[in-house]
Amino acid sequence: MIAEYLIAGFLIIAGVFGFVGSFGLLKLNDAMSRLHAPTKATTLGVGGVLLASMAHGVAIEGHLSLHEVMITLFLFLTAPVTALFIAKLHIHLHETKTSLPKAGQDGIWATHNIGEEPPTQD
Amino acid sequence: MRLLKRLVPHPFLTLLLTITWVLLTSTWTLNSLVFGFVLGIVIPFLTQPYWPQQMRLKKPLKIIEYILLVLYDIVVANVIVARIVVFKPNSKRQPGWIAVPLELRTPEAITVLAGTITMTPGTVAADVSAEGHALLVHCLDASDPKAVRDEIKHRYERRLMEIFE
Repeated sequence: MIAEYLIAGFLIIAGVFGFVGSFGLLKLNDAMSRLHAPTKATTLGVGGVLLASMAHGVAIEGHLSLHEVMITLFLFLTAPVTALFIAKLHIHLHETKTSLPKAGQDGIWATHNIGEEPPTQD
Repeated sequence: MRLLKRLVPHPFLTLLLTITWVLLTSTWTLNSLVFGFVLGIVIPFLTQPYWPQQMRLKKPLKIIEYILLVLYDIVVANVIVARIVVFKPNSKRQPGWIAVPLELRTPEAITVLAGTITMTPGTVAADVSAEGHALLVHCLDASDPKAVRDEIKHRYERRLMEIFE
């Protein structure tokens, strides 16, 4: 009985945060901010489902499943990489060397460090 | 000893791959343990050219503390981001870039720091400077850039410094 409430609770939390993450994609009004909503709200959204799944395995099916831990691990490895790729694409397309803050002692960010601009043909 | 070092270039990776395989198969048999260990030997050996330096950890046990801290921060981050998304109108929100100067030098440590920044409150690590001396971070609501920078340096970089350097 308590286990069922616990599982339902995890699922509700997961649903709420999953919804907020998707809502953020629609509501936020610039590309880089849109990146925030899915990388974070979705982490707890998926995490809640996985916790519910583990609780279900232990309390109702009577065995401990550790696949959920692996899914969490892979999610934590892949989410920052995807976010970084989208951010890098955004820098390539929309940011110039002057629109970003100064890169400290190195003077330039790695994405902009691609050598000289090719001469324009005319 | 040298032969062992050439055969097992990354002992931590070997251990991690073995545990990963056992957890993936979810069967606690000698069979999966041995196969996982074989993978743990073969994969680091084949990928060695891409990861030439050996990784050194000064205080490996501090990793557990770090993981718990980050997990706690992720839960808090979700609530903070959810509140910004739902209640703060776009006109009042000030998204922006900040540069975080780095004291960390180990590439692995900088990677972990960047990953942590992406997973925690309203920040995404977007780029590293040309020689790896600074991180470019995008803030969902950067009304106080200095506070964000100090938090990253104090809460995460200092702890990673203890673990890696």
